[in-house]
Amino acid sequence: MNQKKFLEGLRDGLPIALGYLAVSFGIGISCHAAGITALQGFLMSLFNNASAGEYGGITVITENAGVWMMVLMTLIINARYMLMSCALSQKLSPDTPLGVRMLIGFDVTDEVFGIAIAQEGLLNVWYFIGAMCAAIPGWSLGTLFGALAGNVLPVWAMNGFSVMLYGMFLAIIMPEGKKNRVVLGCIGVSFVLSGLAARLLPMLSGGMRILLLTIFISAAAAILFPRESPDVDTENASGKEAHAA
Amino acid sequence: MNTYLYIAVMALTTYAIRVLPLTLIRKPIKSTFLRSFLYYVPYVTLAVMTFPAILTATDSPMIGGLAMLVGIVSAWLGMGLLPVSLLCCGTVLALQFLI
Repeated sequence: MNQKKFLEGLRDGLPIALGYLAVSFGIGISCHAAGITALQGFLMSLFNNASAGEYGGITVITENAGVWMMVLMTLIINARYMLMSCALSQKLSPDTPLGVRMLIGFDVTDEVFGIAIAQEGLLNVWYFIGAMCAAIPGWSLGTLFGALAGNVLPVWAMNGFSVMLYGMFLAIIMPEGKKNRVVLGCIGVSFVLSGLAARLLPMLSGGMRILLLTIFISAAAAILFPRESPDVDTENASGKEAHAA
Repeated sequence: MNTYLYIAVMALTTYAIRVLPLTLIRKPIKSTFLRSFLYYVPYVTLAVMTFPAILTATDSPMIGGLAMLVGIVSAWLGMGLLPVSLLCCGTVLALQFLI
């Protein structure tokens, strides 16, 4: 064990954990609203570490939409982690044991990936493990607290807390939209089509609407406005402070 | 269906996405389409998740809509994750007592 690298990771993971605490508190509130217990919410966050993916999953559970809907929803919304893991695999020493790869694969989130990829040279896995030791409790405990708060808070307070998650979603997407007009266009189109679909196609469940629109709009943007830069590493590293899991 | 089963399916799918490139594939993704698609997905999906759901998150669609407006503007002005969400929350709490 490399204690110095572990502590460095722990130190860099701490601010991430504090940010997670707030976002996952919102996930916990959503769990409560969906009838998911605090223990279930805690386990969901402990084993997923993904905000949009978990929100999509909560929709599937609420609508009892079936296993395949859950697989598809998770696959599409979390697919970007594949990109990060691919980049991360280039940053590991080739002789990194399988068990260690399987361990760090557990917590490839936007933020942990961001600080790991920003490390100079090859990644010391103990740095990553240190960051995990801060990030994972932050994320799962936040969800637990949010779901528990749902049991004791009055309706007027819950109304306020329930928009916090959406506020964070907006805080994640708008800065990128400001930098990149295509993203801004995507956000606008997403709002409009989502609003129209909810109104005009009431037979479409919420989960199905999220899934179909995500595929349709992202694919259209990828065809119309392909991204030239193959440099995902620097792109994600620079966004490390703003993104949510 | 059982919620725990849903959670297990969700967790396994997420884990597979993360761990396969680290263990079996170990190669960068070359396809421009796929890379672009994966880049756009989080922004699109979070936008779709936010609207119109935020309208039904509180007791009044108008309060939800105003909270969204406050969120968009404050995020555009560069405020961080926590300040934006607290402003949205504050908007709802304040309007509930005013209206």
